[in-house]
Amino acid sequence: MKIRVDRVKCEGHSRCYALAPELVDVDDLGNAFELNDGIVPVGLEERAQLMVDNCPEYAVEIVEG
Amino acid sequence: MTDTERCPVDDLATDYDIFDPDYVRDPVPAWAELRDRCPIAHTERYGGSWMPTRYEDVQAMAKMVPELSSANPGPIVIDPPNEFRDQNRQGYNAAAPITADPPEQSWTRKALLPHFTPKAIAPERSYSEQLCNDLIDGFVDAGSCDGAVDYAQQIPPRVIASKLGVDQSRVDDFIGWVRGVLEFGLTDPELRLKNSDLIRNFFAEEVTARRANPRDDLITALCQTEVDGRALPDEVIIGMCNLQLVAGIDTTWSSIGSALWHFATHDDDRRRMADADDALWDTAIEELLRFYSPVTMARNAIETVEYGGITMEPGDKVLMNFPGANHDPEVFDDPDTLILDRQRNRHIAFGAGIHRCAGSNLARMEMEVSLRTWFSRIPEFTLGDPDAVTWAGGQVRGPRILPIVIG
Repeated sequence: MKIRVDRVKCEGHSRCYALAPELVDVDDLGNAFELNDGIVPVGLEERAQLMVDNCPEYAVEIVEG
Repeated sequence: MTDTERCPVDDLATDYDIFDPDYVRDPVPAWAELRDRCPIAHTERYGGSWMPTRYEDVQAMAKMVPELSSANPGPIVIDPPNEFRDQNRQGYNAAAPITADPPEQSWTRKALLPHFTPKAIAPERSYSEQLCNDLIDGFVDAGSCDGAVDYAQQIPPRVIASKLGVDQSRVDDFIGWVRGVLEFGLTDPELRLKNSDLIRNFFAEEVTARRANPRDDLITALCQTEVDGRALPDEVIIGMCNLQLVAGIDTTWSSIGSALWHFATHDDDRRRMADADDALWDTAIEELLRFYSPVTMARNAIETVEYGGITMEPGDKVLMNFPGANHDPEVFDDPDTLILDRQRNRHIAFGAGIHRCAGSNLARMEMEVSLRTWFSRIPEFTLGDPDAVTWAGGQVRGPRILPIVIG
């Protein structure tokens, strides 16, 4: 599974970072970016889905898997 | 307008009243009716406004920038009379970036955001924990307190004063000024501007003092911030400090107060949070933010905008009804039930688009710390006299008197 944060849509709500800091980090403005090319380690798929479902900007998506 | 002068609302679709006492106490039934019957309602009250109630519409309208402007004359529902408008009371000087459109919105927001990322607000967490414990020490032995006045209302002003680096002993002034702007001043533009001037004058002196003697605080950091090689103008910094105070105080105390009201009146939920783990606290805070979203912003059409079967003309007000959007059954299952462990919660209590609340990370931290500290010290509590409870509403909704019986 792979996730992607749309840097144009992201407005820095930080929900993804709160839910899965193993998968995303935030930059100096608080906007999110994916770690490790967005690859979701085995066992974190459910949290990746939660990140998608809790983004108010519809900026996080699962691109594979 | 006093209650006795208030005309009854005959038809929500054409005559809603966001200051109506029944709407302030519980706006959920009005939103449900409007969402089905007239999803973008209109009223002539308070100078006129449009109010969307569907999530999809609020999301779309929040992104109509700049045609639905935050700058002209500003994001407050009732405009001041023309003779009171000047360059420091509207546009980007007033309280950037919330009172600005791009490009001013963009550069002022970029100057502010680095101070409010999840990492940047970490120092405020330990300050908040100590503060919350100290406040509880002040009333816990008495066996009762006012959850709004003695607790919720005391927290955000002190946290933001600490971050800004201003005198903590002025907190009662801050509370009075902010209520004068956003609560009592919302329907009284003259009172609002008077309090707004008090805030600006206070911060003008602070900015002058920091320019002369830099310290380790946010005002100093803003004084040292450069955008494209140029220092931020004093007027813009004063406006930003104004924003911290006005937007960061009674919004968050409303959320903390609403949460205490909820748990004081919902025993099952209260008991559940007394044993909550980190995961439940995370979802519970998001759900409280969704269910009791305090903030409704306003925009001003600066061109003709057609959307959803209505035509907004230049000068029309539009309410960014984030609280109503967060109860839309199209997006939230069982929206009018507070579900502490709701897993899918794409709420927009902090807005959406470029004006997403710049302080949302700080507000969430304050909610978490204030509620977790409360529950660790006071796991058992109930509402005192329910008739004594009062709510403020309009653009910021939350309890202002909240008698709590401890134990």
